[in-house]
Amino acid sequence: MEKILEVNNLHVTFTTYGGTVKAVRGVDFHLNKGETLAIVGESGCGKSVTSNAIMRLIPDPPGKISAGTIKFKGSDLTKASEKRMRSIRGVDISMIFQDPMTALNPTLTIGTQLMEGLRQHHKVTGEAARKKALEMMDLVGIPNPKERMKQYPHQFSGGMRQRIVIAIALICEPELLIADEPTTALDVTIQAQILELFERIQRATGVSIILITHDLGVVAKIADRIAVMYAGKIIETGTKRDIFYNPEHPYTQGLLKSVPRLDLQGEKLTPIDGTPPDLFSPPKGCPFTARCPFAMEVCDKVYPANSILSESHKVNCWLQDSRAKKLLAETAGSKA
Amino acid sequence: MLRYILKRLLIMVITLWIIITLTFILMVSIPGSPFNSERSSNETIQANLESHYNLDEPYHIQYLLYLKSIVTFDFGPSIKKPDQSVNELLGRGFPISFELGIVTIIVAVISGIILGIIAALRHNGFIDYMAMGIAVLGISIPNFILATLLIQQLAVNFDIFPVATWKSPAHMVLPTLALATGPMAIIARLTRSTMLEVLTQDYIKMARAKGLSPWKIIIKHALRNALMPVVTIMGTLLAGILTGTFVIEQIFAIPGMGKYFVESINQRDYPVIMGTTVFYSAFLIIMLFLVDIAYGILDPRIKVNKQGGE
Ligand SMILES: Nc1ncnc2c1ncn2[C@@H]1O[C@H](COP(=O)(O)OP(=O)(O)OP(=O)(O)O)[C@@H](O)[C@H]1O
Ligand code: SF4
Ligand SMILES: [Mg+2]
Repeated sequence: MEKILEVNNLHVTFTTYGGTVKAVRGVDFHLNKGETLAIVGESGCGKSVTSNAIMRLIPDPPGKISAGTIKFKGSDLTKASEKRMRSIRGVDISMIFQDPMTALNPTLTIGTQLMEGLRQHHKVTGEAARKKALEMMDLVGIPNPKERMKQYPHQFSGGMRQRIVIAIALICEPELLIADEPTTALDVTIQAQILELFERIQRATGVSIILITHDLGVVAKIADRIAVMYAGKIIETGTKRDIFYNPEHPYTQGLLKSVPRLDLQGEKLTPIDGTPPDLFSPPKGCPFTARCPFAMEVCDKVYPANSILSESHKVNCWLQDSRAKKLLAETAGSKA
Repeated sequence: MLRYILKRLLIMVITLWIIITLTFILMVSIPGSPFNSERSSNETIQANLESHYNLDEPYHIQYLLYLKSIVTFDFGPSIKKPDQSVNELLGRGFPISFELGIVTIIVAVISGIILGIIAALRHNGFIDYMAMGIAVLGISIPNFILATLLIQQLAVNFDIFPVATWKSPAHMVLPTLALATGPMAIIARLTRSTMLEVLTQDYIKMARAKGLSPWKIIIKHALRNALMPVVTIMGTLLAGILTGTFVIEQIFAIPGMGKYFVESINQRDYPVIMGTTVFYSAFLIIMLFLVDIAYGILDPRIKVNKQGGE
């Protein structure tokens, strides 16, 4: 399969008065053409920072990509000029933000905001831009596009606005769409509609999607692969099947136990106790140590290496390290 | 829209009526009369004069006479300068005051906005601190002190600009500077803070994610939103500039309306007081109305009575 995006050893830091926040600390993942990768993890783990880094939209200062590469179709975006990035943003890579109520400019018509990117990048005539905009509004399911084009954001509901934001993101036919919690601000029925819209658009255009969320329900519905993030690192990746049926990292297991599931009715929901580590001075070892029910002495001291469980399934946890496994087997054996 | 305008017009008329009534009450309650100061006048002459100007009538009759003169917009002759009608004074003074006011507003708005934008874009940099330092000075120094300073430095010490009067563009520089600095400083600070806030908004990030150039983002997406609070305070600023013209016209001996207004109060020249007050109030009320309309044009969310919604 062709890799459209490959992120290696990405580090992002923010310099603040209180010190340096190490928001992203060595993230690796890749995205195949036409697939949907979900990045999940609790609030503050660095999901948005990772996606902003791909778009090179980290506010600098205070933020900085301090190490790593982001290869988009082979070229490293961390080294691209701002001018080159402007020609990539909205054209090759588009982004959708969490809150559709604030993502649209209240003083410009929907039509203007829709056509803006197209006119900027493709130098099309007004007529052609209008035609394309109408097409897009139709695609994302907005009735009466002709009249709606002339209206302002406040004349639309939240769900409708998110559809417009999606239309704006897709109007230049990007190859990669980054959606940062696109459904979090919407109510449940609208969420389902928007997710269906994503699936429909992906079938129609073949766009690759990075979906950022902390909602495992959303992940279960549309992701092909999942990357679980914790304290600025990706600690487990795998296919949807790997993660939902064979989660190996204690954090992933905890995440899954903390969401309600229809097939496990009657079982108690167990939230993960404790809080993530301080990103000003993250621990040297596994960042989950303080909250992990299986934590060992080594966990706190040395960061666990990437254990490859199968071609698709990888995890960073000492429990999966062959040395620890041997040790565990021995202790289990001596007790018996 | 029409209903809204009619409603506003009604409110404007009522406001004006309240101002007229208050002015009348204040006018009759301050001691003294136009003729007290004239040493030569004996009591019969004074009584004659008072009856000539209807000042011997009971207050409610005087009040009605004033209302009549306002409705017909004929305030009669000035008491102190009987050869001139109040309308003539207004006609002569207003264009000059208007010129001073308009030039001041243009200077204050344009330079205030530019200063605010630059400060916001160079947030926490040297230019930002400079601009905001100037702004704080501009807000805290009263215009009459600034006027005196400007005259002392730029007219007397260095003789770059004329000291007073209103004859050529060079004459306009110092009064305009004195009057515009305060409002400019207020606009600059407000523009800076709203601009900073607007720049952190999601729709600005979205505009960047579309690959728009920084200038396009500032002009098309940020500025319009950042200017809305500036438009809301325009009403207050206008009122401030208007009262500022009274002082500045005195200091620079500019023959505008403000000069007549201040003189008329000192001399108890009732028709002139009434005429200038009505004129100033009506002018300010109309300007405030225009500011509201401008706000509606800038912000589509408050378009009056245009159908919308889902
Ligand atoms: N501009 C900034 N200045 C300083 N720190 C920042 C900045 N932006 C992000 N961070 C830090 O980076 C870390 C990761 O933030 P990020 O927004 O990526 O979290 P997230 O995973 O998207 O969380 P959420 O689910 O709440 O959106 C946080 O600890 C945050 O404090
Ligand atoms: S490495 Fe250790 S602390 Fe971290 S998750 Fe695995 S067992 Fe728990
Ligand atoms: Mg986020």
